[in-house]
Amino acid sequence: MSFVRRLAGNAPPRILWSLAILLALLLVAPAVLGKYWLSVLILILYFAFVGQAWNIMMGFAGQLSLGHALYAGLGGYIAAGLYFHYGIGPWAGLFAGVAVAVLAGAIVGYLGFRFSLAGVYFALLTIAFAEFTRLAFDHWQWAGGSGGLFLKVEHATDIVNLRGGPVLFYYVILALAAGAFILCRALLRSRLGQYWLAIREDAEAAQAVGVPVLRCKMIAIVISAALTALAGVWNAFYYNNLFPETAFAMGRSIEITLAPIIGGLGTLFGPIVGAVVLTGLGEAFTDLGDVLRIPGIKQIFYGLALLVIVMYRPAGVWPWLANKLGLTERQS
Amino acid sequence: MTADFLLNLAQAIVNGLLTGMVYGLMALGLSVIFGVMRIVNFAHGEMMVVGMYLAWMGFEYLQVSPLLSLPVIALLFFGAGYLLQRSLISPFIGRPEHQQFLLLLAVAILLVNASLAIAGPDSRGVQMESQFDSYEVGPLVFDAVRLHAALAAVAIALLLWLFFTRTRTGKSIRAAADNNLAALVVGLDVRRLYAFTFGIGAACVGAAGALMITIIPVSPFLAVEYTLLAFVIVIVGGLGSMTGALLGGLLIGVSEAVAGLLLQPSLKSMFSFGLLILVLLLRPQGLLGKGSQ
Amino acid sequence: MTSRKTFTRRYLGQTALAGATLIGAPLPLRYAAAQTTGNLKVALLLPTSGIQAQIGQACRRGADIANDVFTDMKLPVKLEIVNYDTESKPDVARTQAEKAIDAGCQMLVGAFDSGQTIAIAQVAEQRGVPLVVNIAAAPQITEQGYKFVVRNFPTAPMLITGALSLHKEIFKVSGKTPKTAVLMGVNDTFGTSMVNGIKALFPKLDMPYEIVDTITYDPAAKDLSVEVGRAKATKAELLIPVNRLNDAKLMIQEMVKQRWEPMGVMNPGAPGLYEQDFFKTMGKYSDFLISNVPWLDPKSAMTQSLEKRHAAKFPNDQLDINAGFTFEGLLVAAQAWITAKSTKADALMDALRKTKIDQHVIIGGPIQFDAKGQNVNIKAAAVENLKRKPTVVMPVESAAAPLVFPMPGWNDKRRT
Repeated sequence: MSFVRRLAGNAPPRILWSLAILLALLLVAPAVLGKYWLSVLILILYFAFVGQAWNIMMGFAGQLSLGHALYAGLGGYIAAGLYFHYGIGPWAGLFAGVAVAVLAGAIVGYLGFRFSLAGVYFALLTIAFAEFTRLAFDHWQWAGGSGGLFLKVEHATDIVNLRGGPVLFYYVILALAAGAFILCRALLRSRLGQYWLAIREDAEAAQAVGVPVLRCKMIAIVISAALTALAGVWNAFYYNNLFPETAFAMGRSIEITLAPIIGGLGTLFGPIVGAVVLTGLGEAFTDLGDVLRIPGIKQIFYGLALLVIVMYRPAGVWPWLANKLGLTERQS
Repeated sequence: MTADFLLNLAQAIVNGLLTGMVYGLMALGLSVIFGVMRIVNFAHGEMMVVGMYLAWMGFEYLQVSPLLSLPVIALLFFGAGYLLQRSLISPFIGRPEHQQFLLLLAVAILLVNASLAIAGPDSRGVQMESQFDSYEVGPLVFDAVRLHAALAAVAIALLLWLFFTRTRTGKSIRAAADNNLAALVVGLDVRRLYAFTFGIGAACVGAAGALMITIIPVSPFLAVEYTLLAFVIVIVGGLGSMTGALLGGLLIGVSEAVAGLLLQPSLKSMFSFGLLILVLLLRPQGLLGKGSQ
Repeated sequence: MTSRKTFTRRYLGQTALAGATLIGAPLPLRYAAAQTTGNLKVALLLPTSGIQAQIGQACRRGADIANDVFTDMKLPVKLEIVNYDTESKPDVARTQAEKAIDAGCQMLVGAFDSGQTIAIAQVAEQRGVPLVVNIAAAPQITEQGYKFVVRNFPTAPMLITGALSLHKEIFKVSGKTPKTAVLMGVNDTFGTSMVNGIKALFPKLDMPYEIVDTITYDPAAKDLSVEVGRAKATKAELLIPVNRLNDAKLMIQEMVKQRWEPMGVMNPGAPGLYEQDFFKTMGKYSDFLISNVPWLDPKSAMTQSLEKRHAAKFPNDQLDINAGFTFEGLLVAAQAWITAKSTKADALMDALRKTKIDQHVIIGGPIQFDAKGQNVNIKAAAVENLKRKPTVVMPVESAAAPLVFPMPGWNDKRRT
């Protein structure tokens, strides 16, 4: 209980109550929602989860990564490969997947931070590593090369091997998203969180007052990579097939960044709000596109929506929304 | 074996140099824009694809060779770039990188899907006799369209160099790039100069697009590849350096050609990204970039 | 008492959730749009935007004229076809399939790409709605033990086996046999499964030539000069290319420029060489290239009707196998309804398993599905580009013109 209380801190009761109700609704959702809405909700939770993971690096520690598909792809490929070749279930395989992704994150981070690459240069480094890995996986026969890796689809629900229908995957991604939310709250309230914010605002000043900048940045990228790798494992077992062209694609990396940026960088609710807004807009525009039958019209509307949001709400939707709703406790 | 191999190697280098020159011109626009206003144009490849489409339309509907429509396209792009900077991008100068990134990403999504909606998804190419021609110089074969494109690229780069070193506006832009505050102090209209620069960057991309369409057909979704390629080139050459961009283009062109000869060709882009990582780590300002970043 | 309480709670939850989702995503506009009615409501899931938009749209053209062809052929059926765009992404494909089923679609047809098809197949299985795969070559799709999936498209090994046996026939008919070949392939999902398949099957098929080199290149290649240079240096007598469209153009341009004239260029089941845009760009250099692919049977009455309807509705587009296979996917759906006279999934699935369609458009035996749901009667045809048109030259019973092999040189008089 004391952990919960400490986590809640000085958050207004209204927020806590809303969260409890939201969680309760999400728990019963599969029982009442149609399958289509369930699959939309799954997408929202997935983007909220990876967004939360990415937010740790960019929103908290201020390091712009445009190559997060690297960690999701590695996590998914390793866990799926172990299951495919040796029958090792994902609950064990995810440790290997996460370990590899963490190692990759540590390498990218160490090189980038050690050689003090910042901003755009660091972002390009992350892209370069993701692309390099994509091309390497194109030629790695163990992982199926560019022909892809296919998992056998089972019909029965088998929690041990993470096989089953959408409801199972819904609860798994819900648990992950909720877990990441709590973890981020705890991190933000820790000393580490304070250090990160100091680094984000002014790395040199933080260094001057004794913040271990390199170590803090390394922790940020490692946690972020680990969470993203979990999302990758989930993704691999949900879709049952992996291709380097999609798993490590730059488009995938960009998708991960959108929810937190649109929602509100550095805030806890930003990735969630952003995922709801973007997935909702995406689905609505898809419908519009199917009706209008002009190819690309969906993405044109989507691009316009992004443009409007970044021009008029550059800090994201959530800070503005929170202000409107009178929820004043801010994380940054 | 050795004589044969050396000949193949020389041929690969020739091909790499010719392709690299066009790559360089394509990356030049990205470099000019970054050098002056510190904005990375994530819509770069998309802009080039639009340029390729314009050149294709000129060829298809007006029977104008891309080499002739090039100046018109460059001019159109200059105007569009100027307006784009004044309207959308100007407020974002000096803002956090992720906001600039999102803004240009939105522009990129709009450009590529507007191309899809207007021109359709089919890959479009121009048909010219020179596409099947080549010149033989001794044992080496020079590809005709690539040679024309490379020569045009050199000419455009030369014009740019003259502009930046000989004209008042060009010199002012360089001054603003070197020191924004000082430029303001001496009374330069920095906002107008920025818009002018973005226009020039865009004109370079448009011109590169008109040359590129003679070499390879265009389809909307190639854009991301071009954006990435341009990033690799300007980082290797030095982000913000004009000669660096050209050198980067040549270097990537030649190294990919040689890698394709020595390794499995599908691995050659990996080689470029590896090179990018090395340059970022060891010399992040690029081969010809200025001292500090 | 208890039941009422449950009802109320459930109802409350439902209202709250409905409210929440309404904010997140407006109700699908689809329900507002007027729909035509038919005997069977079929969802057509295709990548009409995104990276595969070109092929997705070609596929859709085949579907757009399906009902007209049924009328021409006096088939007593009308399908209500609802289009869904997968945006070339598996995750979108999945939600679109869920949406289609929620909207009342009784059968699914799609989705060109293997990754997207597998995403849809899982939904079909879980929801118990039949899926007819129009195009997707990954063997895994029919190796999963799916109960609700049938595929009317050859797997990569089937494509290859068919193509390579045609090679031997071509050599026999022409009396010329190359001794060496070089394999060039685009390194993407399809290209890799083809190249690996060729390497695996080659020793078993007792081919008269030997493959002296395998060259794979990036799907986004902007230049194939080095690749073609390498292939030329092997002095192979036959080029076996696994192309897509853009790289096919670059490859042939490079061959002309480097003056490489092998005995033949024979595509083992890939797209590229027979596409409309290829002819337009390559002009006279497109002639005499051979593709060994499933093809539309020019002698079938249904194909003739399909060609006529296609030409009338899409005068600027050439009818291709993408449209052909998508049409056949809908034909399979229509026949299933005719047999079952029901829109129930089990009855439709039963009918699909018993499918035997003699009159159809792609060369080969009747459309029939084996225990795994795979149509094994599709035959490869040798399609040679003659006078800027892909023309069937083998098998002889479907041939529209005689074979020309070896290929005339790039500056030969026969190219005009």
